[in-house]
Amino acid sequence: MNLAELRKKLLAAARAHPPGWDVPYAFEKRVMARLAEKPALDLFAIWNRTLWQAVAPCLAVTLFLGVWTFFAQRNDNSRETLAADLENSLYAPLDNQTETW
Amino acid sequence: MADSAAVEWTDAELIAAVLNGETASFEPLVKKYQPRVFATARRYARRESEVEDIVQEVFLKAFQKLRSFRGDAPFEHWLMRLAVRTCYDFLRAHRRNREMSFADISDEESDWLERFGADPSDASEHAAAARELVERLLAQLSPAARLVLTLLEIEDRSVKEIAGLTGWSLSVVKIRAFRARAEMRKCLEKLAREKYL
Repeated sequence: MNLAELRKKLLAAARAHPPGWDVPYAFEKRVMARLAEKPALDLFAIWNRTLWQAVAPCLAVTLFLGVWTFFAQRNDNSRETLAADLENSLYAPLDNQTETW
Repeated sequence: MADSAAVEWTDAELIAAVLNGETASFEPLVKKYQPRVFATARRYARRESEVEDIVQEVFLKAFQKLRSFRGDAPFEHWLMRLAVRTCYDFLRAHRRNREMSFADISDEESDWLERFGADPSDASEHAAAARELVERLLAQLSPAARLVLTLLEIEDRSVKEIAGLTGWSLSVVKIRAFRARAEMRKCLEKLAREKYL
């Protein structure tokens, strides 16, 4: 069987029979009725939109805290005080143990 | 605006009205373009209920995305792009037909093939059996192959037009057309094998 010829013939058959342009009665009313329906609540879409809206404020807060910490560290030159404060905080429960008993 | 039947509103005026909140102005647009969208959908879906669902989907999407229509090309072109993409989505979602074999072809289709085998000029492309066979053949192709072959070989569109309709680049259209032809050749080989074994 000549497959190339068969292919040509079948494609010609498809071209010779274009689909109909007929439309079911009042189809446009059906579309308009669907448009008038209240859209279904899409929780995933709401959650997605909320997350995207939260991106800018979160970035702004992160940036602000980053800048603030950076400048606060530059102004404060007592690194050893910070270490001592941390140590005091860690040992505070042990130091206070005798007093509470 | 949609109720004033005596006045013919342009597409641009109707679109502007819809965007201003007059949903009813969308109805004349649906009425005007639905025959064309139906014809497009019938290329890819056989059952009339599926065709109606596709067309409805196209117009619902068009309404939702109307704000993205810039107006630098006719509304019809924009709508047809949407229609073709919706049909492609439909094909991808309904791939079950590809499992169909050629073993269950009807007697008329079988007779047509036999006539073609004996003398190709004896088998008319206007026969209903030829139409059924080409439907069967297209249903076996992958969604991309079916779409590109329909647009390129059956609707005689250019590669550039197909790129515009599908959103694929020119090279992607060319590659997919090449693959689609190869896929179709394989299907025809399968048909010939099943018919004569």
